[in-house]
Amino acid sequence: MLSAVVFLPLAGALVIALILRGDRLVRWFAVAVTVADLALAGVVFGMYFQDRAGFRLVEQHTWIEPLNIQYLMAVDGLSAPLVLLTGLLGMSAAFVSWGIQTRVREYFVWLLVLQTAVMGVFVSLDFVLFFIFWELELLPMYMLISIWGSGRKEYSAMKFLIFTVSGSAFMLVGLLVLYFSTGTFDMRELPEQIDLAGKLLVPAATLFFAFFVAFSIKLPVWPVHTWLPDAHTDAPTAVSVMLAGVLLKMGGYGLIRICVTMFPEVTRDYAWLLVTLAVVSILYGATVTLRQTDLKRLIAYSSVSHMGFVMLGISSVGGVAGSVSSVGLNGAAMQMFTHGTITGLLFVVAGLIYERTHTRHIPDLGGLASQMPFTAAVFVVAGLASLGLPGLSGFVSEVLVFIGAFSVWAWPTAAAVIGIILAAGYILWMIQRVLTGPSLERYAQVKEVTIVEAVPMVVLVVAIVVVGLYPGVLIDSFDAAIAPIILEMQFP
Amino acid sequence: MPDISEPTAWAILFLPLGCFLLIALVIRPLLPGRYASLSGYVAVLAIGSAFFLSLAALNSTLGHEEAIGWASHSWVAIGDLDIRVGIIMDPLTAIMLVVVTGISLLVQVYSHGYMRGDPSYSRYFAYMSLFTASMIGIVLARSILQMYFFWELVGLCSYLLIGFWYERPAAAAAAKKAFLITRIGDVGFLIVILYLFSRKELFLAADLNPFEIPDIHVIVITGMLSSMVITWLALGIFAGAAGKSAQFPLHTWLPDAMEGPTPVSALIHAATMVAAGVFLVARFFPVFEASEEAMATVALVGGFTAVFAASMGLVMFDIKRVLAYSTVSQLGYMMLALGIGMPAIAIFHLFTHAFFKALLFLGAGSVNHATQTFDMRYMGGLRRVMPWTYVTFLIASLSLAGIFPLAGFWSKDEILLSAWTEGGAVEKAAFSMGLVGVFMTAFYIIRVLVMTFHGSYRGGAEAERRDTNQESTQPPTQQDDGDATQVHLAESPWVMVLPMVVLAVAAVVAGYVASPVSGLMTIPEHWLVEFLGGHTPDFSVPIAVGSTVVALAGIGLATLMYQTGTISAEAVGRRFRPLRQLLLRKYYMDELYEGFVVKRSFYQGVVRFADWVDRDVVDKAVDGIGWWSRNIGRSMARLQTGQVQGYGVVISVGILVILAVYFIWG
Repeated sequence: MLSAVVFLPLAGALVIALILRGDRLVRWFAVAVTVADLALAGVVFGMYFQDRAGFRLVEQHTWIEPLNIQYLMAVDGLSAPLVLLTGLLGMSAAFVSWGIQTRVREYFVWLLVLQTAVMGVFVSLDFVLFFIFWELELLPMYMLISIWGSGRKEYSAMKFLIFTVSGSAFMLVGLLVLYFSTGTFDMRELPEQIDLAGKLLVPAATLFFAFFVAFSIKLPVWPVHTWLPDAHTDAPTAVSVMLAGVLLKMGGYGLIRICVTMFPEVTRDYAWLLVTLAVVSILYGATVTLRQTDLKRLIAYSSVSHMGFVMLGISSVGGVAGSVSSVGLNGAAMQMFTHGTITGLLFVVAGLIYERTHTRHIPDLGGLASQMPFTAAVFVVAGLASLGLPGLSGFVSEVLVFIGAFSVWAWPTAAAVIGIILAAGYILWMIQRVLTGPSLERYAQVKEVTIVEAVPMVVLVVAIVVVGLYPGVLIDSFDAAIAPIILEMQFP
Repeated sequence: MPDISEPTAWAILFLPLGCFLLIALVIRPLLPGRYASLSGYVAVLAIGSAFFLSLAALNSTLGHEEAIGWASHSWVAIGDLDIRVGIIMDPLTAIMLVVVTGISLLVQVYSHGYMRGDPSYSRYFAYMSLFTASMIGIVLARSILQMYFFWELVGLCSYLLIGFWYERPAAAAAAKKAFLITRIGDVGFLIVILYLFSRKELFLAADLNPFEIPDIHVIVITGMLSSMVITWLALGIFAGAAGKSAQFPLHTWLPDAMEGPTPVSALIHAATMVAAGVFLVARFFPVFEASEEAMATVALVGGFTAVFAASMGLVMFDIKRVLAYSTVSQLGYMMLALGIGMPAIAIFHLFTHAFFKALLFLGAGSVNHATQTFDMRYMGGLRRVMPWTYVTFLIASLSLAGIFPLAGFWSKDEILLSAWTEGGAVEKAAFSMGLVGVFMTAFYIIRVLVMTFHGSYRGGAEAERRDTNQESTQPPTQQDDGDATQVHLAESPWVMVLPMVVLAVAAVVAGYVASPVSGLMTIPEHWLVEFLGGHTPDFSVPIAVGSTVVALAGIGLATLMYQTGTISAEAVGRRFRPLRQLLLRKYYMDELYEGFVVKRSFYQGVVRFADWVDRDVVDKAVDGIGWWSRNIGRSMARLQTGQVQGYGVVISVGILVILAVYFIWG
């Protein structure tokens, strides 16, 4: 089952590369593949949700026996929603790529490979396999940005690559040390094995930070965030959607799956550092966002601020042993999902607006609500979700993060709450300048989106509203994975 | 009649909410064009049903000593965290429900006439339904987080409705301002919620839930929190209330909120949004009561706002702006009543104020319907062409001014009386401010009445358009509501007049629900106040006469200045020119906030600095690392010459060094 979810897009990519001819056919086929993959992802989530405990849908095969490397895939409460998220955004990315005209076949091949890589990261539980998928994601990203991007696309693609690879170097060292200390790559067993091994080859804190660096760059956290705005600004729309929607979540996923789960004590010892980075990211990110005039760059910087909430939620495990609450960590996991759908949607709309007006310079835009009422409504919903309006999903995750973190870090959290005013500031300013005001002569030709373009918008809005009104659908899943981690921290 | 059941109570919320969904998802996208009028009927039907259910709810709470409490339902549960949703059905809720749904019903009937022909007719009724539903959600809420949920939705709806005509830049800006300023207050409210959960051990030990409002009251009353904590909690809640109820210093958004359609203003100013703040304090009154400092803060902020806002109302020329400052001022009175420990009387004033203020706004809308302008300098003489509007407006004005025996007299009198008899220094200060406010209130509302309806007609929107270029000292005037067409002086259609007449009747008799002197038919004396669990000091003739004399003085002065012209308004204006300028510029608070704090200090200071750091420090550092590694790489590469001799030399030297090291330390 999981192999199918992971490799279906890759198979689709191969078919496109080797068999299909004609742009029209390629487009339809790629969209069909992502829709099918979303359906499979939905089934995976549904199957997990039926019976939520431990790791499910396990696929385990010996791969490289002498090194004890396995082909090991499974989902738990943490990864199942992220698989669903990847399916959702993969589909959205394929739909918004409808307007791509240059090297269409090649484009969709890379897009589908990207989806396989990200899916693989979320379901692989063998560290080597995880690392392979982690690295596999770089290749399509580099190609997509540097070929189909705009502006300083080569610079941005290279910057993205160098940042991630620098992180990967730390991760590689970390996973090798783990292997030589415990003799296993199995991520299910590693927490216990690390505990049993007692003394690792290097101090646990060193190892923790090796992983922490890799995942913080991906998240990203201040001060290693500068690759993100560049990559987003210059990437094609679909890549921005995937980047904001799921790639950043690889960082958050890694932090929870590896840093927190495998090194609970170290996480607690250094929670003060996590909370510092989180609050700086939230406030600094939001402040810099206020200054942005490029539509995509603005949304990109808001991501820095919003991913700070993930870090803030994680830092909430830093309480006194015995009173650690699972609320903050659940909030962090929720924030990954909600930010994925919300910011994904913001980029979808930003891309559509750019396609029609040929500018992303916000002061040049205006009055678009009159031309594109449907798009405007969706943009407003996404924006309101981003600023944490109740009834939409962003509110739930932010409130959970705040509630969880405040009990442990009262003052830093209170400072972070100011971020919601700043968020309201930049989101409403963006809406005001792009959508409202008299309709402008130069955009008289701008037309409402087509049905095909509306599909991802509707799907993501539904996801945002459903999770906002009935968060249990995700929380029950996340908590199934997070409650045991917290239990372990409370009673080591 | 049996008690109201829980599903029925929820129906009060879900009727307008469902109406919003029906209009937004079905009628607007699928039935465009001539079916749009359907949305107006659906909305009135939904809110009308909700109104009758609210009356039923009120009726059932009458027979109960205690609040009707239903078990709440779990919404989100993680570990110790259990966020529940439920309903408190007590007298406070029931009264508020009747006010909210009743006013909303009348406003929506009126809107049928006022919004006729607007291209976004359906969207208007969708937003109005959501607005009403959100306010009902606040009123019903049993959990503080549930309340916060709807609290923010009210903020959203005000944003959507103030910015309803989004093609106008001023409307979009005003909408953003309203949302941002109220959100600043909401941060205080949110932190209170976070704090409560951080003390969850305290609650769990007593088998209570930190988010359930009755449980919070139990914890506060039993003294399990230190008094300083309670003060901070109360002030946090008050921050949220001050934002929504436009109390100083967070009042600046409300006058700008005039950019929305006029019926929206009637709803905002009477029943939803601004009433939410007063309701919030009343709901959490046990928390406030437990802290003397918090009570004094509320009383003084309220009293100050009452005078401060009224003073700006004295000089404005835009009829809606005067009314807006009047609302801020009257909300100040309600806060004042809360601060001196009289929540029931605050709600009584909220109750009477809802009727006459809604009526004043509907009257302003009616006037605008005829003249196409809101600038009173271009009105005048309208009482002859709009007799219904005139008479109802007159009643509302006198009621607002606090003239016996209209509704406003009774509630205002109770507030002043309580402040007087309570007797502390804070109360005395509050009483004096209240009395000054009475004079100003009477003055500005009679000034509005005379400038609008008396004298001779001064040309309406046409004259305004002619003069626009010559005016420079006036505050920025708004464009007219709706599509500016030919000015055609006539009474508004009956669908607009009827709600005004109903409100006028209420503005006369509403005071008798709590009249200290005599009951009205079956309603006994002091009914409302005692129903809400409050008590009233004995009616005092000197206070009543005193405040009436002050109000009459205000009326007299306004009459002399604007009606008879005995005192020249212009001469007075010239005489007090600096003061008048200060008031016209709203004490320069917009300049302070928007110009100095937001633009100069925050945007051009902090934000620009952060942006510079990001570009020139953080990102440069990254590029710098890249530059260094490239250069190190380059210089290393230069060593790779490919000449075997060179390599041989280096290898030999290396071996010699190793040997040397070995011999020396080995």
